[in-house]
Amino acid sequence: MSDASEILDALKGCGIDLVASVPCVNLRELLLLIRGEPGIRNVSVTREEEGVGICAGAYMGGMRPALLMQNSGLGNSINALASLDLLYGIPLLMVMSHRGLEGEQMVGQVPMGRLTEPLLRAMNISSYVIGRGDRPSIIRQAWEEAIEERRPVAVLIKQSYWGRA
Amino acid sequence: MKRAEAIAIIARGSGDALIVCNIGYPCRELAASFDRDENFYMLGSMGLASSIGLGLAMARPERKVMALDGDGSVLMNLGTLSTMACHGPGNYLLIVLDNGVYGSTGSQPTPICARTDLTRMARAAGIDVVEEARDPGGLRERLASMGHGVLVVKVEPGNADVPVIDLSPPDILRRFMDVAARPRR
Repeated sequence: MSDASEILDALKGCGIDLVASVPCVNLRELLLLIRGEPGIRNVSVTREEEGVGICAGAYMGGMRPALLMQNSGLGNSINALASLDLLYGIPLLMVMSHRGLEGEQMVGQVPMGRLTEPLLRAMNISSYVIGRGDRPSIIRQAWEEAIEERRPVAVLIKQSYWGRA
Repeated sequence: MKRAEAIAIIARGSGDALIVCNIGYPCRELAASFDRDENFYMLGSMGLASSIGLGLAMARPERKVMALDGDGSVLMNLGTLSTMACHGPGNYLLIVLDNGVYGSTGSQPTPICARTDLTRMARAAGIDVVEEARDPGGLRERLASMGHGVLVVKVEPGNADVPVIDLSPPDILRRFMDVAARPRR
């Protein structure tokens, strides 16, 4: 089984039925798999914050949404996470490709790479890390926390998971 | 036509449609004129009413969903028009109440500047049904004929003298989801 299909299986195991997404090169294979998955509706969004809104609406209608993005998208989503999801108590599973740390080739990724975990801590949003050799089954735990605590949670997929660091 | 009047016309004719309402005075005007469980009052996250409405319409394709947005708010999340064109379900109507100002913060002009045409922008984004209304009669006609798409409603600047909403955000969500969320199998 490939690295990407293990993540897809974990999402399916949570019953995720809508994935709003902004691509990252590390998520290329996963996004292809999601697009081919009949049980999941993939909504390509123009900006991650828009995805937070779509996921919130889908949740209100009874779906189980996830937001798939690069960690740079966290910066684009801060206000929505705080003044929509945290304010109302709306769960959200955020699955992020964590760029900008180990193994990073692109200097532009570094600032948000370093800021991602501090920003999540400042917002009191739990994060779960998937790195080299880790099993994505931890996504299930993240989803359960989101539902039980009625909050967003973050799953950070390190470059090392994809063998790129 | 004042915005509060347009909101009252929309809400009173909405039947059992789910309504997502934009931040600020529009929420207060909706709550004052026609409070109901099917209203979701968005108290933060400016710009996202159209996105919440779109997600909701995807989750409940058998229900009519409307979002009440503004010109300043839709400009803050303009990509929403492309996403809507791409995925826009047949049960989703985005209503843009266009008064050319940020009404809840003191009526400062939006960058519309009497130059930007939101109706043409929505058409150019690829939305198949885009209409305009400029008076109460026209608004009622459009609401009766439009099942989905974008409706730009030209309204005058100014807010009604209405109180703040006396519900906590978790209570707004709970109340709304009791009527909006499809039952779990």
